[in-house]
Amino acid sequence: MNGLLTQSFLTALVSGGIVAAIPLMFTALGESVSERSGVLNIGLEGMMLGGAYLGFLGAYELHSMWLGFLVGIAGGLAGAIVMALLSVGMGLDQIVVGIAITLAGEGITSVLQQAQFKGRFPGLGNPSTVLIPGLSSIPVLGHSLFDQPLLVYLSVGLLALVAWVFRATTWGLNLRAAGEKPEALDAAGVSVPAVRTYAVLTTGALAGLGGAYLAIVGAGTFTPFMTQGQGFMAIVIAMLARGKPLWIAVSSVVFGMCLSIGTALQLSSITVSTDLINMLPFIAIIFALVLFARGSYLPPALCLPYVRGGK
Amino acid sequence: MALETEAAVDASLEVAVPGVQPTRLARWRRAVVRSLAPVILALIAGGLLLLALGRNPVRFYVAVWQYGVELGGWQNSAVLMAPLLLIALGLIVVFRAGIWNLGYDAQYLLGAALVAGFGPGLLTRWPTPLAYAVLFLVAGGAGALWTLIPALLKAWYETNEIITTLMMSFIGVGIANILVKGPFQDPTVNIPQTRTIPFSKMLPNVAATRVHIGVLIALCAVLVVYYLLTRTSFGLRLQVLGANPRTARHVGINLRKVIVASFLCSGFLIGLAAVVDVLGLWAYVRANWNPGYGDTVIPFVFLARLNPLVVVPFVAFYAVLSTGGDLATQQVNLPTDFLLVLVALILLFMTVIEYLGRRRDLGQSYLTPALREALRRPLARRRSAP
Repeated sequence: MNGLLTQSFLTALVSGGIVAAIPLMFTALGESVSERSGVLNIGLEGMMLGGAYLGFLGAYELHSMWLGFLVGIAGGLAGAIVMALLSVGMGLDQIVVGIAITLAGEGITSVLQQAQFKGRFPGLGNPSTVLIPGLSSIPVLGHSLFDQPLLVYLSVGLLALVAWVFRATTWGLNLRAAGEKPEALDAAGVSVPAVRTYAVLTTGALAGLGGAYLAIVGAGTFTPFMTQGQGFMAIVIAMLARGKPLWIAVSSVVFGMCLSIGTALQLSSITVSTDLINMLPFIAIIFALVLFARGSYLPPALCLPYVRGGK
Repeated sequence: MALETEAAVDASLEVAVPGVQPTRLARWRRAVVRSLAPVILALIAGGLLLLALGRNPVRFYVAVWQYGVELGGWQNSAVLMAPLLLIALGLIVVFRAGIWNLGYDAQYLLGAALVAGFGPGLLTRWPTPLAYAVLFLVAGGAGALWTLIPALLKAWYETNEIITTLMMSFIGVGIANILVKGPFQDPTVNIPQTRTIPFSKMLPNVAATRVHIGVLIALCAVLVVYYLLTRTSFGLRLQVLGANPRTARHVGINLRKVIVASFLCSGFLIGLAAVVDVLGLWAYVRANWNPGYGDTVIPFVFLARLNPLVVVPFVAFYAVLSTGGDLATQQVNLPTDFLLVLVALILLFMTVIEYLGRRRDLGQSYLTPALREALRRPLARRRSAP
């Protein structure tokens, strides 16, 4: 087991884990917003891919990472608008619509990528990072925590913002009521479809941002199907975290490390099958679900379209 | 989900009350229109998309027809129907109970890896019928086993089965890859793939065609599942559970038993899809191979309203679209993932038409209440403020 605890290995593990965790974190944060409001968003994978493709395209054509992120958000929103119209507005089956959005996201991005780049996969340069002097020279943690693109620091602020919205604002209360007892929210004079629509759009924007981060910072390029189930992982993270943003951050980093451990292991002298490594996060989730099966929590009105005066 | 079961209940009522000919005809026509319209609309929308990409949609669809049906193409389409039908049946069994089994990829691939791994050895050493029987059980058993954890979690802790089956799917696909790259790998080739099942030991063909008897097995399975779902108490239990779990508990159905049983049936059928496919068509399995049947079959299962007999023509349609589409997309220089877009469009149009149909039945406006409100509000305001 030589080489597993060396500094270079640990640094690579933590830093890779954080790079991989950010898209998961944005997406899971988005999912927990819509889950809380009673919409299970299976289309997350498609929204992420939409964000990844458009985000990459934006960054590539407009030569700006930030414009790329913005365009990526628009990509996620495109999927979310479909979801909001069909699942919230019309009350259609959330899972069927979600599967459709995922399939459409996979298909459309792959077709467009092929049509546009004809089999080439052009890359972006390395993203610029913000170095926090002093802190960044701490061994192992320093480089990975304090030498990151600006968006990583902003994501921490975003987490805090969502935590605050959930806990201390009327908006957060409405959101939770829409998932827990929509009748009560309706009786209080707040439109359930409106609350859920905003929630779904927020989810789409965050998933698009997560996808854009994955393509622009994580991979530096766009390849079809590049999310590889991360949208689904985000759903589980949101479910296990019970809508608590701190838990979202922690579990995202854990799953991010699982995702990136393969790259880190190349620095040590251990050879493990990549298939096994790719399975790790999912095995971890199944273990978590088996162990904490009673602990995972989903709002009672999840997946149920709200019909005024319904049973 | 509730809608499909309602439709099924309607259908069974129809059988019970003969003599209402006109309504039955009207109902039948309504069902046909609502099932076909999404497909037609999706094909039109797909054609517009092709046009936007600068391709000729007419040429594309003509090519699909040519490669999928004419000149022996129908034989390839028929062969493709075997796994698709079995997976569709596997999905119908759980969807009827209102349960989502989205782990079909792993259930299929694990079965396929095991059949391709053990098949060559077993088929050369054992008498062929015995080896077939063992392989069918191994693949079906692997598929069923892979649903067990989600089934138990759902039955005892009501853990969301969508999540667990998806997670198990990612794990199972990984294990299938490890098996193919490790113990099952053919040492004589460099590419990670299993050894090949000898041609003489593959499933025999029907008459003088290239269609293997796996297709007949799948069609038999359709009849068996149809009987199981419509003529046995198990089928009724599934239906009641799907319609309303609370009612199911009140009438004394053992929910846990029904949930686990439907999951196991589903996994078993999907495992059978793998064995029929590998023994009939592929003969070996490559690493990282995934035909992705399940995703694309889902819309057709819904369009058939979870009816095992009605799903046959829909699967036949998709088999043609897929067989022809594989070559037709290459011809117009697009990735075959374009077919995914078509499938997604079918799903979306299906949900919308279902919605419009429900509104029509209830005699309501096609607009959603919120939308109607939004349209009415500016007018009302204008009226009230002269």
